[in-house]
This record gives sequence, C-alpha cells and structure tokens, in this order.
Amino acid sequence: MWMSELPPFVPFFLAALLVLVTRGWLRLAIMIATPVLGGIHLWFDVPAGTSLVVPILEYELTLLRTDRLSLLFGYLFHIAAFIGVIFSLHVRDTMQQVSAMLYAGSALGAVFAGDFITLFIFWELLAISSVFLIWARRTDKAIRAGMRYLIIQVCSGVLLLAGALVHYYQTGSLAFEFIGLEGISGWLIFIAFGIKCAFPLLHNWLTDAYPEATPTGAVFLSAFTTKVAVYALARGFPGTELLVYIGAIMTCFPIFYAVIENDLRRVLAYSMINQIGFMVCGVGIGTALALNGAVAHAFNDVIFKGLLFMTMGAVLYRTGNINGSDLGGMYKSMPKTALLCIVGASSISAFPLFSGFVSKSMVMTAMIEEGYNYLWLMLLFASAGVFHHAGIKIPYFAFFAHDAGIRTKEAPGNMLIAMSIAAILCIFIGTQPQYLYALLPWEVDYWPYDTTHVLAQLQLLFFSALAFVWLNKQGLYPPELHSVNIDAEWLYRKLLPVSAGFVRNSLQQFASKLSVAAKAPFRAMREALTRSRIAEHHLATHWPTGSMVLWIAVLLGGFLVLDAI
Amino acid sequence: MDHPGEKQHIFDKPQNVNRLLRGFYAICGLLLVLDFVLHRHIAHSWENAPAFYAIFGFVACVLLVLIAKEMRKVIMRKEDYYDVDE
Repeated sequence: MWMSELPPFVPFFLAALLVLVTRGWLRLAIMIATPVLGGIHLWFDVPAGTSLVVPILEYELTLLRTDRLSLLFGYLFHIAAFIGVIFSLHVRDTMQQVSAMLYAGSALGAVFAGDFITLFIFWELLAISSVFLIWARRTDKAIRAGMRYLIIQVCSGVLLLAGALVHYYQTGSLAFEFIGLEGISGWLIFIAFGIKCAFPLLHNWLTDAYPEATPTGAVFLSAFTTKVAVYALARGFPGTELLVYIGAIMTCFPIFYAVIENDLRRVLAYSMINQIGFMVCGVGIGTALALNGAVAHAFNDVIFKGLLFMTMGAVLYRTGNINGSDLGGMYKSMPKTALLCIVGASSISAFPLFSGFVSKSMVMTAMIEEGYNYLWLMLLFASAGVFHHAGIKIPYFAFFAHDAGIRTKEAPGNMLIAMSIAAILCIFIGTQPQYLYALLPWEVDYWPYDTTHVLAQLQLLFFSALAFVWLNKQGLYPPELHSVNIDAEWLYRKLLPVSAGFVRNSLQQFASKLSVAAKAPFRAMREALTRSRIAEHHLATHWPTGSMVLWIAVLLGGFLVLDAI
Repeated sequence: MDHPGEKQHIFDKPQNVNRLLRGFYAICGLLLVLDFVLHRHIAHSWENAPAFYAIFGFVACVLLVLIAKEMRKVIMRKEDYYDVDE
C-alpha cells in the first residue's frame, strides 16, 4: 500500500492540518479515515524490525522503530483514536478536533520513537496538544486546571531531556533502550516517566485535569498520555523492583478517594491510577508473564476505561452534570448507555468473560509466582476495591440509586456506536483472549480460564458486592456529597499560594512600617521648618508647579541618559 | 420531581428490586458451596482457608468503605475550597 517506513504519526499530523482547512462532512471523513487507514497500514504493511533514521545536524533521529512492544501500542492507539473520533463526531469545535488528531499522532510518535530526542519531542507534544482538550471546556476552572496540567507535563519533559542529555554524555548514545536506575540519568528519566504515569504524590495532575476536560476530550485523554508512560516504563525499566512497590501503592490509595469522591469522572480518574498500578507492578516484576500482563492490561484498560469515560461523558453531555449527588435513575432516560456502562464496569472489575479478567490475572499470577505475598494481598484488596468504586459505584449512582428526577434523551447515535464498539471489544477480548495473547511481545503459555481462578474471582467480586449491599442496607455507605477531598495537590494548590500570599503580605507590612520609620525624621524636619522663621519667606511655602514639572523632566532625562550608557 | 403519566420503570417496583437481590444472594450462596465441591489448585497456602476469597472480598470492601468514611473527617472540604484564599 504505502511505504512501510512511514512513521504512523505523519498521517495524523497531516490530518490535523487538513481538519484546519476543511469543514462539514469532509472534515469528519478525514478524521475517521485517518485512524482506519493508518491502522490498516500498520497492521498489514509494517513488520517488526522496521526503522526510519533521519539525520538532523550531528544527531540521528530514529522516527520509527518497530518491535512487538511498540506495534502493540501502535494498534491500540489507532483503535482508541478511531473510537474517540466516532464518539466526538457531533462536536463542531475546530480546536478540539485539531488537538485530538495532534494528540493521537503524538502518542504514536512517542511509542515508535527509537531515541531520546524523538521521544522528548513527542513527550512534550503530547502535553501541548492535549491541554486544548481541557481548555476547550472554556470554563474558568478548566482553564486553570489545564494550566496546572500543562506546567506539570512540561516539567516531566524537561526532566526527560535532562536525563537524556546526561545519559548521552555518559554513554555516547541516545538510543531508547533499557535504562535502569543507574546513576542520575536513570533517576531523572524514571521520574519523568513517573510523572506521566501518575506515581503516588505525582498523580494529581490526572485527577485535577481529566474531570475538567470536555465530555469527548476526556475520552482521548484517558487513552494516550498514561499509556505512553506505561510503554516507556516497560521499555526502559522492566524488572526494576522499586516499581512493584510503587505499583502496589498506586493500586490501593486511590480507591479510598474514589469511594468518597462525588464527581464521577474524577472517580474514574482515581480508578485509572489504580489500574495503572497493576501495570506498573507487572513492569516491576519483569518476568515475561508479568510484562505481558502489564501491556495486555494497558491494552484492555484503554478500551474499558475509554468506555466508562464515554458513558459518563454521554451523561454529562445530556444532563450537564456528573456529580453522583445530583444524578440517579438515569437508566430510565438512557437505558442503552446504562447497559454499556455496566459492560465497562464489568470489564474494569475483571469479571470472567470480560477483558479486565484476562489481563489482570496475568499480573496477579506473576506476583504470587515471584513470591510477593503481601503485595499480592494488596493487589487483591485493590481488585475488590475497584469493583466497589468503579464496578458498582459508577453505574449505581449515575443510573440507579434514588431517582433524581432528571429526564433527558438517550445518548446521540454516534456516541452509542462508539460505546458499542468499545463494549464489543471488551467482551470479545474477554471471551477470546487468544487473539490478544498472540499479539503480546513475549512468548508465554498462559490461559486464564480454569476452575480455581474463575471461582476465586467470582467469590471475590460477589462478596464485594454483598458488602456494598449490606453497607447500603445498614445505612453505613457514605452519601455522595458536594465536596473536595484534600490530596497531594494541596501542596501546590493551597499551601504554596497561601504561604506566598502570607510572605507577600508580611513584606508589604514590613515595607510600609519601614517607610513610616524612614520618613519620621524628615517629617520632624519639615514641621520644624514650618515653625521656623524661614517659613515666612515665599519660596518655602509654595512650590511652583512649573518647577516641579521641570525637575521631573530633568529626572526622566537623567534616566534616559543613564539607560543609554 | 414527579413525572405524572410516565410509565413505571423496572426498579420502580420494590418487588423487582427484591427479586434481583434474592437472585444475588442465591448466587453468593452457590459460590460458597462450590468452594467445597470443586477441586482447586492452590498457589498459596492462604488460599487453603475455606472461602478465602469470599471472606477477603467482603472484609476488604467493608474496611475500604469505613476507612474512607473516616478519612472524610480529615480531608473533606467545601467545594470551593481551592477557589478562595483563607
């Protein structure tokens, strides 16, 4: 068809340009055709081992490097872009449409980047292109959240560049291969990846910004940035034991926040960190099974988390509200969306026959095989918890619970189609995992469906649900409340501004006191002067306006001369 | 808000909710029984405990919710918390 060395980001960037100059159905056709044709091209024409090296100045940039790992993410991002485009077909907003194309292209550029400079360029482009999906909400809150998001993402890029330069200085190579936590360059790059991966304490950009994005923008956002980071970790830091601990923390702490969070898209953002935790654990364990599990889970997560963000986006689009406290009973108006949401919820909860089950179980099995018993218990706790907050809470408080009395229309046709595609993929991968397994980068013989495993998972999930029912009946379940929960972001959203304000106020007070104190002798002199006999003379009492203007002119002229010197 | 003249939806009738819950309890019971009937391959000695996953799932979720509820006392603020300077 086309040349196989064509880097997959190129069609997306060209499409972004074409979207700018076209209107109406032609623009929509371009947006649909890009991921479809790009995906077909990647699937049929680009084998593993293809590369494209472009010399620029004294460096050689590897714009394309394919192996089974990068290809898997390449396929995934085409699917995600396609679903996202269909979901947002009704949108008539050039800013969102252009940035969505650029964003998807940047993600593809990053996973196929063979060297650190190329990776850095796309790493920053990911940040810059995606922030417009947040700003496109055009609310004050969204603009400020987008700014915070951009600052943090750009910082991640700067760290990556710094690490890459140190790495180049030490090794003489810019190739993006295994890095490991050796020396300062390893750590810099590790933290750069960690920011985008939403490591604990570095995670708040995600829960801050994604819920402020447009209903369709959040669908794109959920697909790319964090998964590029998981890919980068899987390539740069497989088997780094620290990641197992980081991942285990990531699976556990967000679920507490998710239980008490009111904004249902923020609940999804927290549960996203929880799911990435499983992937990070898989990368940290570093065995073939664990790494396969990590990337397979990334693959499934893009689709089921995308589906959940789509269903919540559809509710937000129809009702203008996404707070659990204000919704409820939406199944009466949006039954199809409710059903699709339940499919997404079952997938993220890893119900047997749904996609989450076939990938998460690989990480869990690898964990216990490598003897991380207590961490395995943490992951098991997180598995029960994810069912609780994402599997039950999301569909329950949005579509069921008490009827909030909102009546609206079912989601638009294009949204239903996009959600259905994602739902079908969730069930297809869940029931026919062999097709996904065949694409995984490492050779592993693994099959998730055996009696022990299915029974264990069903018991875990059903008794988690039983706990929900029991807590609800007892009136112990915390009600959904309009609120904000303090998280690590408090440091830069509250402590920093408040302490900056405090310092500013104290300095101002100090300065005014100082000026009063400094003026005091002069005031005394003036008073003495007015009481003295000199005051009786004409010049001492009146300063002619003309002489004042003259002196100002002299002063300004003096400044000009000084400036010129 | 009432919507007079609207058709009754499936969960508007309490008996439908109860039917769903009874079915759910039955499945929970069945899963417990299966635990003793089916032969399981154990990967870890903890799994030997009868109904290990069922008990773990239930206890984990109750703890999760109760702890999260307590957390609210410490970390919950008004919705405009970040919008106002104190």
